[in-house]
Amino acid sequence: MTATTAEQLLTRVRGLLAAHPPATTPRTDFLRARFDAGLAWVHYPEGLGGLGAPRSLQAVVDAELEAAGAPDNDPRRIGIGLGMAAPTILAYGTEEQKRRFLRPLWLGEEVWCQLFSEPGAGSDLAALGTRAVLEEESGEWVVDGQKVWTSSAHTARWAILIARTDPAQPKHRGITYFLCDMHDPGVEVRPLRQITGEAEFNEVFLTGVRIPDAHRLGAVGEGWAVARTTLMNERVSIGGMRIPREGGMIAPVAAAWRERPALRTHALHQRLLELWVEAEVARLTGERLRQQLAVGQPGPEGSGMKLTFARLNQEISALEVELLAEEGLSYEEWTLRRPELVDFTGRDAGYRYLRAKGNSIEGGTSEVLLNIVAERVLGLPSEPRDDKDLAWKDLAR
Amino acid sequence: MTTPMTPATPSAPADLLYSEAEEELRTAVRSLLEARGTPAGILARIETDRPHDPALWRTLAAGIGAAGLLVPEKLGGQGASHREAAVVLEELGRAVVPTPYLTSAVLATEILLGCDTEDAVPLLRELASGRQVCVPAVPLTLAPGAPLPAAVRDSGGGTLTGTVTSVADAVAADVLLVLADTGLYAVPAASAGITPQVPLDLTRPLATVTLDAAAGTRLADPATARAAVAGALLSGAGLLASEQLGIAEWCLTETVGYLKVRHQFNRPVGSFQALKHRLARLWLDVASARAAARAAADALATQSPDAPLTVAVAQAYCSGVAVRAAEECVQLHGGIGMTWEHPAHLYLKRAKADSLALGTAGHHRGLVADFAELPAP
Repeated sequence: MTATTAEQLLTRVRGLLAAHPPATTPRTDFLRARFDAGLAWVHYPEGLGGLGAPRSLQAVVDAELEAAGAPDNDPRRIGIGLGMAAPTILAYGTEEQKRRFLRPLWLGEEVWCQLFSEPGAGSDLAALGTRAVLEEESGEWVVDGQKVWTSSAHTARWAILIARTDPAQPKHRGITYFLCDMHDPGVEVRPLRQITGEAEFNEVFLTGVRIPDAHRLGAVGEGWAVARTTLMNERVSIGGMRIPREGGMIAPVAAAWRERPALRTHALHQRLLELWVEAEVARLTGERLRQQLAVGQPGPEGSGMKLTFARLNQEISALEVELLAEEGLSYEEWTLRRPELVDFTGRDAGYRYLRAKGNSIEGGTSEVLLNIVAERVLGLPSEPRDDKDLAWKDLAR
Repeated sequence: MTTPMTPATPSAPADLLYSEAEEELRTAVRSLLEARGTPAGILARIETDRPHDPALWRTLAAGIGAAGLLVPEKLGGQGASHREAAVVLEELGRAVVPTPYLTSAVLATEILLGCDTEDAVPLLRELASGRQVCVPAVPLTLAPGAPLPAAVRDSGGGTLTGTVTSVADAVAADVLLVLADTGLYAVPAASAGITPQVPLDLTRPLATVTLDAAAGTRLADPATARAAVAGALLSGAGLLASEQLGIAEWCLTETVGYLKVRHQFNRPVGSFQALKHRLARLWLDVASARAAARAAADALATQSPDAPLTVAVAQAYCSGVAVRAAEECVQLHGGIGMTWEHPAHLYLKRAKADSLALGTAGHHRGLVADFAELPAP
């Protein structure tokens, strides 16, 4: 029987909790039982961790489990798998791929990373040059190229990968989507040290990496359509979360202002108040978006929240460094580290200032997002372009 | 030293959407304004002595019932709330049509409701029904949280003397609400000297009101009067954010539409990335202004303790968005944006005047500093 109402789901959750009391059940055993009960992501099909229930009911399940002290799968650590690989595999995977990959992905047993961006293909992602060539006798694809900005590559077991399989086609048409084994001997992961001094991301070098055809996702040459599913899911998550007033980056600067009167100047006061107001309005805009989604009238505001937060984070952290005066001249430490999580508020102002610079680049640059708003929300025409019908091999690089 | 407080988020989130009833009201107001508040019609009237269109006002006030939205049914009104009044103001902002809505149906109405006395009821009924226009005789720039003016004094027995400048919509008023040292008075406009000023914003005319021993009916004692005016200024400032949203929305829509059809360099102007990014940013600002304005309207409607902060946030934010939208509208229309015949200038003038009305953004940021406990040096 499929559970599709909140009450049916709650009955199921209580059954799970009774059979596997969180206090006495090992974490992974509990998570496995939760997956098999269809309570991992309730909108997924039965047998794949779900029950085919409305997606909105997941919140009911999560709240009940949290209240019972059940362990969670720490979605922050496996975010790329959950947010990008899973929905793409669900949409385009074979039955065998779905059965093979979704369960260990959700359990966090297998961490995923995303091999999309390249040194020569960032905002113009479809220009990518990593090659995949089918070897007829073995039925395997041989991949060569370089990827960049790969979070979690050093801990990942699997990667979603897009590679060029037909350079004679225009750039969007010759791409194919693969599931790549990060333990393959041809995969080399190197930490990429950033502006903050840390290595949060990696460069990934692919040399003669062999991918069986069974790990291709979607048809040969149809990888761009598959990748768009991944990218859409990447941008969906932001904006839906509820933040309290004075949550986020404005919190430490407001606290410093209140606690340290000696730092106050009139010029900084005006800037602080402007940004405080803008942060509060951004909170309200996010709340309005959440309310629209809750009643099933998703507005285009979601396209804008990432833009707003990127700008505000940068302006607020810049103000904070200035407010701290002499202290703002110091930095916490430049030692190369590999953080597991990006944590803005637990760090110094200087770190926040530098890390926030990435907010307008990662996950789609602000310039690309402004184009998306202009074209898809406002309906403005795209700029004339001559790369759409040219073979990839003939493009200027 | 006490631990500094973080301004608490209201426990119940404000309803930031529009109800079906609000959307129906919007449709009614918009179709009236599209038919009878056209830019050409406004342009034809604004340089005459009577920029207001009394027939349009009657339909809006009485036909649609917009004048009495804030007035309880038992006092002859619609018994609606600030949320509905905000929707009317959004549409009036989109149309920049001269009507005494903000002055009569919001500010004067709130003052009369705040008088809490039987003496105010007959006037409130007249006002709610749209039979009379009543405006507060205070400068349009008077802001919530600012000291109230003491320009008018009672020269004995309710005869009032004094001069008030920049009184909005006074030329359309039947009755003036006058704040004097001895309380609040209703003064027939006919017994006051009303001298039109040349306003920056032609769609909200201003006048200097001169009282020379004018007879008034006392509606409230000084303390009640001051509290009523202060409350009205808070509501007015909160709802002005919705008018500013309407102005910004019109400017954005009109500019986007124009840039799709206007060609230069053999391309639609709207295909140039530099302009697309400006419009996308403006769209973000307008979407944010909508959330801020809705929050203010809802906080006023629910009499939330958070209302003073929410109103200050909305005013501090929406003023700038309306001005920016109107400035972008003029600039991106190119030469056409500088002509009298194109209505862009009406919106720029209204937006700029609105940014001074009921407190500037800077004044409201000062209020935010108080409420959010972010004191000046």
